[in-house]
Amino acid sequence: MTLAAHLPALQVVLPLLAAPVAVLLRRGGLAFAVVTAAAWAAFATAIGLWLQIGQGGEGHVISYHIGSWPPPWGIEYRVDRLSSFVLVLVSGMAALVLPYSRSSIAREIAPENHYLYYAMFALCLTGLLGITITGDAFNIFVFLEISSLATYVLIALGRDRRALTAAYQYLIMGSIGATFIVIGIGFLYLMTGTLNLADMAGRLGAIESSRPVLVALAFLTVGISLKLALFPLHQWLPNAYTHAPSAVTAFLAATATKVSVYVLIRFYFSVFGESLVFDQLPLPQVMLGLSLCAMFGASFVAIFQNNLKRLFAYSSVGQMGYITLGLSFDSVNGLAASIVHLFNHGIAKGAIFLLIGGIVAASAARGAVSPAPTFANLAGLAKRMPLTCFGIVLGGLSLIGVPGTAGFISKWYLILAALEKGQWWLVGAILLSSLLAVAYVWRFVEVAYFRAAPPGQDARGEASPALLIPAWLLVAATIWFGLDTSFSLGSALDAAQHLVRTGR
Amino acid sequence: MNMAAHFSHFSYIVTVLLMVAGLFIVIARGNLIKKLIGLSVFQTSVYLLYIAPGKLIGGTAPILAPQFSVYSNPLPHVLILTAIVVGVATLALGLAIAVRIREAYDSIEEDEILALDHTAADAQGNGSP
Repeated sequence: MTLAAHLPALQVVLPLLAAPVAVLLRRGGLAFAVVTAAAWAAFATAIGLWLQIGQGGEGHVISYHIGSWPPPWGIEYRVDRLSSFVLVLVSGMAALVLPYSRSSIAREIAPENHYLYYAMFALCLTGLLGITITGDAFNIFVFLEISSLATYVLIALGRDRRALTAAYQYLIMGSIGATFIVIGIGFLYLMTGTLNLADMAGRLGAIESSRPVLVALAFLTVGISLKLALFPLHQWLPNAYTHAPSAVTAFLAATATKVSVYVLIRFYFSVFGESLVFDQLPLPQVMLGLSLCAMFGASFVAIFQNNLKRLFAYSSVGQMGYITLGLSFDSVNGLAASIVHLFNHGIAKGAIFLLIGGIVAASAARGAVSPAPTFANLAGLAKRMPLTCFGIVLGGLSLIGVPGTAGFISKWYLILAALEKGQWWLVGAILLSSLLAVAYVWRFVEVAYFRAAPPGQDARGEASPALLIPAWLLVAATIWFGLDTSFSLGSALDAAQHLVRTGR
Repeated sequence: MNMAAHFSHFSYIVTVLLMVAGLFIVIARGNLIKKLIGLSVFQTSVYLLYIAPGKLIGGTAPILAPQFSVYSNPLPHVLILTAIVVGVATLALGLAIAVRIREAYDSIEEDEILALDHTAADAQGNGSP
């Protein structure tokens, strides 16, 4: 067997090995080098897998048997169009955020903890990649906990003491969510006697509306919704995003909730099947209602935030609403909108949080704790940091869904899906909720561009290139994927066609 | 009905009781340590949910031998060993964060911590920091 045949295992093993190595090295610089190398290797692996899927032709699936035990007995890693797409997003974000981390955490995390930061980052990446690649239900839970535990530590590394309470709150909510997921998987295992997702799907057909299966569906839906911050279950998110170190916020906002969406899609379309989830239960209506609540409620709350990080954290909850809205349509265009928005929102929000990290870093005197990016501190910022502010505005335009940015593509497909269903009022709702996004992005524009800077604060320059370059690469990506959609939309449509038609 | 039939659902009843009790403690208690205890009870109930159906009365460990014909399913035990490790790690991390919170706030009561955060926010002069 050549190396190319082992890419699915390498995808997870490389970052997993980097974590203990980083701990053993105990030096921030060396740990940085090891983990960054592992993240770039993981990114290369993900691209390799994506290309392999493309070469395999229509509906190609790579099945990797861990330890050469054939499924359903052994653990199977299963890569298809959807999972390879999510793998590219997650590993690509890690590969961009890690170089950024080096100068970002210098001001936000005590130097003696730097090597632990990199170790935790590698574990978080391992977990997220593992969730995406595995074809085994219990494996999903284990990887979910690996990534979650690492995430709690990363959030608790924030300098502000509120980072601790945010991490604690997330730990409680996240563990409840993960336990709900494991209860759901337990019921499925009791009913089918298998943990392999593909095998499970085959065996569920005969017993699909029995009560334990419905209970499993309920537990899994609630548990995963907690993890992806669906509207009433999003309470952990704003605090966690606000108080975590900037690089952590950017990485989590772009990947963690997105991977949860992937798990939800996997269970709904590949395991339970659409006939149970969407035809026999009122789930689409419930999800539609909650999505609308998120799109309007969370975006509305975002307008009134004074802290820029918190504002965009609430905006994330709102944007998750668009993703679940696309799911609730149960159509190729709707699901494609969800999948492509998962990617488009990931890169736009990642770019915004990276740029905010640049503001935080630039506004601190060397060695001092940075002030929070509240609007009071941001007046006239565009004069001091024109590139940073312009980047945030471009990212904001993508959140609004202006044509020419990536966000427009996802909204366009959402509207197409709504029109297919003949729900004209939803088109209005999508456009109206975009106006709320205009409002919160405008708040930033107004403060940064039209308010005079406080005297004595107009001299300081841009954030350092090490912070600007990764952020601007993502900003460029939001524009690029708004104009050339062959990668993002192509993958999403391809994945959606397979999922909606056959569940594979 | 014999006694065995009465007790056939016993493990499920205990599972549900533990599950609900644990979740209730997490929601109803404001003390950070008590919340973690509730979370542990909640997670423990899942161990029982997996383990109990895997045991067959009279079944042995799944080692093939001519004198045995009934075997218990070993897989749930293996899964729950993993889940126990995860549960211990979660509890340890939760307690570690609780210790750090105690150092930073001098309290482990949720309402007192929230009140401290609010006064700090008011002192800074911005309502939602």
